[in-house]
Amino acid sequence: MQKIYAKPESLNKVSSPYCPGCLHGVAQKLMAQALDSLGLREKSIIVMGVGCVSLGRTYFNMDMVPAAHGRAPAVATGVKRIRPDRFVFTYQGDGDLAAIGTSEIIHCANRGENITTLFINNATYGMTGGQMAPTTLVGQTSTTTPAGRDPKTTGYPLKMAEIIATLEAPAYVARFALNSPANILKAAKGIETAFRMQVENKGFSFVELLSNCPTNWHMKPLDALATIEKNMIPYYPLGEFKVRK
Amino acid sequence: MGKQFIKGCEAIAEAAIRAGCTFYAGYPITPQNEIPEYMSARMPDLGRTFIQGESEIASISMLYGASAVGARVMTSSSGPGMALKAEGISYLASADLPAVIVNVSRSGPGMGKISPAQTDYWFSVKASGHGGYKTMVFAPANVQEAVNLTYEAFDYADRDRNPVIVLADGIIGAMMESVSLPEFKTVFPDKSGWVADGCEAREPRIIKNSAVDNETWEKYKISRAGMYESWRKNDVRVEEYLVEDAEFILTGYGTCARIAKTAVRELRAEGMKVGLIRPITLQPFPYESYRRLDPARVRAILDVEMSIPVQMIEDVQLGVCNKIPVFPLGRDGGFTPLHQDIITEMKRISAGQGGE
Repeated sequence: MQKIYAKPESLNKVSSPYCPGCLHGVAQKLMAQALDSLGLREKSIIVMGVGCVSLGRTYFNMDMVPAAHGRAPAVATGVKRIRPDRFVFTYQGDGDLAAIGTSEIIHCANRGENITTLFINNATYGMTGGQMAPTTLVGQTSTTTPAGRDPKTTGYPLKMAEIIATLEAPAYVARFALNSPANILKAAKGIETAFRMQVENKGFSFVELLSNCPTNWHMKPLDALATIEKNMIPYYPLGEFKVRK
Repeated sequence: MGKQFIKGCEAIAEAAIRAGCTFYAGYPITPQNEIPEYMSARMPDLGRTFIQGESEIASISMLYGASAVGARVMTSSSGPGMALKAEGISYLASADLPAVIVNVSRSGPGMGKISPAQTDYWFSVKASGHGGYKTMVFAPANVQEAVNLTYEAFDYADRDRNPVIVLADGIIGAMMESVSLPEFKTVFPDKSGWVADGCEAREPRIIKNSAVDNETWEKYKISRAGMYESWRKNDVRVEEYLVEDAEFILTGYGTCARIAKTAVRELRAEGMKVGLIRPITLQPFPYESYRRLDPARVRAILDVEMSIPVQMIEDVQLGVCNKIPVFPLGRDGGFTPLHQDIITEMKRISAGQGGE
């Protein structure tokens, strides 16, 4: 019998720890498939962020260095400088990367460290229970913006891909969404492009993935997918912002 | 190799290089800027890594990554910068990652003064980060000792898979002295059994900084507590000078101990039986040296520190179990206790006027 589909080798054969309808599993599968197709698993070191991302700890079948909140890009810098022959990537959520770790990601990108960052943006703090994230949309309710995010006191959602694309050093900066098969296919291609940048020593690559949180958004999974399309994509445009040839 | 006339901070940096430090990340702060400056010039020539981090937090996190793949790593800072590194030091400890952290201390709290002081004793010895762990803390009293202790700190860090703090002060960092530099280390411990450097031909590894279940975490904490206990048995370093027949004891660490030693010599010349106890390891603390003092002979201890309030005095008091009175002599704000001040205070104590 011909095998036409299998779980990527870069993921362990364990069940997902994520809530029903959560897109972390999709994001992780895309990363794992890209690692498999480029033959990178055995030379990979994943630097794990915090929050729901860290639930992937049992999931990835490769060496792993868990970082403190926000510090993954700095930790990855240390790893890569000592082992430039290894494939090093960080996996971080929005509270991790765009709030407490804003400094680390900007400066890592600005140094052009030859690593890759996968940034999963679901506009909320998932693990701590749905507080306002730096990427929470204007008007979106959260446990710390019960009346909806008010830009007068909390400013506007940070567009991390656009911010990083303003820097000189990064080789690849893009944003994709995980809400439909068509968008997932584009994301898969983008993640592989980002990984190739590192393999070809072209420098820092960054992929933002628009995701969801049915639990803290208090939505059914399908409604959460529709919300990405209706509310997130208009504010966070999809596409490649920077591609080094 | 002959002696070199060299500044404390630069000597510390060169000692680290000779100990096999291949990764340094740091952030400028007075009075230790000569360390990153020296490293920036020297490390690339040796094919090693120097990074000026965007912050203390990033710098210590970079050490965490480099240590996780097996490098010998160092950072350096002073008071306010150490506070920022506290997060990373705790994470290094939680993940069993070796690292050497040099604190060339100044006067705090807060911004305080950039001038030399010893106000980071509690911070270094009792809690250099959250969560209840210990690191060995070395306290050099001259530039040669700063070289030797930094050089050895890397071996202790690797032995224990734990951070080690070298607590110098601004005087040691800025002072120039003639020192012998050690040879370049060529033999290093094998870390292939634990580093997370890619899983070719083996099972994947996770650098753990927590545990899935409470039982595993408690067992881990018990094993680390056992390690701290073993330091107290095996790794205490202390200098005892003319303690045998002493009726009065001066005590202090680093620069203050050096000044106190001069006071001991002068008081001895005047016929007063004074000795010195100088902790070299502040963690593990040489409690035994104080416990051994005979209360029937030793009338008082004078603890000299560049800190107000004095801090080490609490450990000295624990050592003597209230059987011998301990008096403080603290200066702060960049002032150094002079040996004349120590002599005057010692005589007052001898006349029964101590602490007045």
